[in-house]
Amino acid sequence: MRRLAWAGLILAVLISLFPLYWMLRTAITPGRELVGDSAGLLPAHPTLVNFERVLGLATREESRAAGGSGADLDFFRYLGNSIIYTGLVTSVQTLCCAMAGYAFARLRFPGRDLLFGLFVAALMVPPIFTLLPNFVLVKELGWLNTFQGLVAPSLLMSPFAVFFLRQFFLGVPREVEQAALIDGAGRGIIFWRVVLPMTKGPLLTLALTTAVWTWNDYLWPLLVAPGEETRVLTAALGIFLKQSPNTAPDWTGLMAGSALSVLPVLLLVVFFGRRLVDSIQFSGMKG
Amino acid sequence: MTTTLTEPAVRRRVRTRPRGDGAIALAFLAPVLLGFALFYLYPALRGAWYSLTDWNLLSQPRFVGLDNYAKLARDPLFWNSLKVTGGYVVMNIGIQMIAGLGLAALLHRLTRSLLVRSLLVVPWLVPSVTTGLLWMWLLDANLGFVNHLLVALGLDNQGFLTSPDLALPSVAMITSWSGTGYTALLLYAGMLLVPPQVYEAAALDGSGEVRTFFRITLPLMRPILAFVLVVSLIGSFQLFDTVAVTTMGRPANATRVVYFYIYEQAFTHFKMGYASALALSLLLILGVLTFVQMRLLRASTSDLA
Repeated sequence: MRRLAWAGLILAVLISLFPLYWMLRTAITPGRELVGDSAGLLPAHPTLVNFERVLGLATREESRAAGGSGADLDFFRYLGNSIIYTGLVTSVQTLCCAMAGYAFARLRFPGRDLLFGLFVAALMVPPIFTLLPNFVLVKELGWLNTFQGLVAPSLLMSPFAVFFLRQFFLGVPREVEQAALIDGAGRGIIFWRVVLPMTKGPLLTLALTTAVWTWNDYLWPLLVAPGEETRVLTAALGIFLKQSPNTAPDWTGLMAGSALSVLPVLLLVVFFGRRLVDSIQFSGMKG
Repeated sequence: MTTTLTEPAVRRRVRTRPRGDGAIALAFLAPVLLGFALFYLYPALRGAWYSLTDWNLLSQPRFVGLDNYAKLARDPLFWNSLKVTGGYVVMNIGIQMIAGLGLAALLHRLTRSLLVRSLLVVPWLVPSVTTGLLWMWLLDANLGFVNHLLVALGLDNQGFLTSPDLALPSVAMITSWSGTGYTALLLYAGMLLVPPQVYEAAALDGSGEVRTFFRITLPLMRPILAFVLVVSLIGSFQLFDTVAVTTMGRPANATRVVYFYIYEQAFTHFKMGYASALALSLLLILGVLTFVQMRLLRASTSDLA
C-alpha cells in the first residue's frame, strides 16, 4: 500500500516535470531532424542553434537553414521589460497596499467599513470588466506602448493585496503599538519601524505572489504595450507564435523561446522555494 | 503590577483620540484610493455606460439603451460561450479537486519533503503563454509526444486541439496540469489543520487509511474545500490565455469560452459597447454564483463549530 502510494506521488512529480523536460529536449533538436527524430528521450544530434536564433545570435540564413520562419526574439530587451514591469508593480503595489491595510486594520475614521466593503466587492469583479474601459483610458491618455500605461492599473493597488495585508495587521498585538504611542511615536513611525518589520514574512509572501502574477500576465501587456520598446516576454512569445506558420510551426524555435521564459521561474524556485510553498499553503489556511 | 494598572488607562486614551486618525488614515490610504478611483471605480462606471452604447472605439459612442442586452439574450454565440465555459469549469474543477485531493492525501501520509512540494508547484509558476505553447507541441497531431505515447500503446493518433470533441477537454487538461499542484498544496494545508489526536483515535478504533480519509479527513476539511471551490470557480470563468494561445476558440466554437468571446467582440470586431454588456452580464452571473457558494461556505463552517 505504502509502496503504491509512493509510486503515485512519483508519477505526479513526473507529470509535473516531464513536459518541461520535453520542451528542453525539443529546443536542442535541429529543426530539420524533428520529423524523423521526435520520439527518443534525447535527440540524435543535440544543438544550441535554436537558442542562438531565438536570442538573435544567428544570422537570418542560419535561422532559415535550421527551420526557422525568419522571426526572432529580441530576448534580452523583452526580459528587461518584464523585469521593469514586474519590479515596479510588485514594489510600489506592496508598499501602498501595506499602508492601506494598516489603516483599515488599525485606524479609526469615518466610512472605514463602507470603504473596506467596496474593496472586498472589487475582489469579485472579473478583471475583463475593468480591462475594457482601462484600455480606453490608457489610449485616451496617449499611454499606449509606454511603461506608465503598462503599470497604471496595478501600480497603486490590488484589492486582494489590501485585503490580504489587513488580515495580518489585525493580528499584530495592539500592546506593541500602544507602547510606542506612549513613547510619543507617530503613526508613520510605528508603521515603518514597528509594524512593517513584524510582518516581514507576509509582506514577502504577498510580494512573491504579485511578482509571479505580474510576470505571467499576458492579455493586458499584449493590448496596451505590444510595441518593441515595451513588449514583455509573455507578449513576445505570443507574437512569436503568431509569426510561426500555422501549417508547420517552428517547434524547435518556439520551445527554445519557451525554455528561456521558464528560466526566471526556476530561479524563483531555487531562491524562494520554501517561501513560495509557504505562501501558497498559507493562503489555504485562511479558509 | 504596574502594567495592569496602566493598561486600562492607555486603552482609554487611545480610544478617545478618534478624530486624530482621520487625517493620518487619509495619508495612509491616499495612493490606494487614487488607484481605486481611477482604475476600478471610474472604469466600472464607464463600462456600465459603454454597455448602453454602440461604439467601435473610433467614432463617438452612440446611446442605444438596452439594445445590447436584448441582442445578447438572442445571441447564440453568447449562450454557446456560457455553455462551453460551464463545461470547462466542471471538467477543470473536477480534475483539479480530485487529483489535488489525492495528491494532498499522499503528501500528508508520506512526506513533509519541501522538495517534492516545490516540484509539484513548478507548473503553476510557468507563464500561461509558455504552458499553452508547450502543450500545443506535446499534443501536436503528428509529432507530439502524447501521440507517440498513444501509438506506442497501440492506439490511434488524435488531433487533441483540432477535434471538436477533444479540444475543450484538452484545454482543461492543460490548465489542470498547471493548477493541480497548487490546489494540492492548498488542500494539504487544510489537512494539516486536522488535529493529530483525531487520527490517533481513529487508528485505535481500527479505522483503515481509506476509511479515515473519507470519514474523518474530508468532513473536517469542508471549510477549506469550500474555499478552494469558490476561488477556483471564479478563476476558471476567467480562462483566456490558454485558449488565446492554443485554439483561438476553434474548432467550431468548441473552446470559445465567455472571456475569449468578450475579448474578440472588443478587440477583433471593435464592438466595445456589446463587449461591455457581455462583461457586465458575466459580472452578474459570477456575483450570483459567488453569493450561492458563500452561503454554502457559511453553512459548512457552522457545521464544524
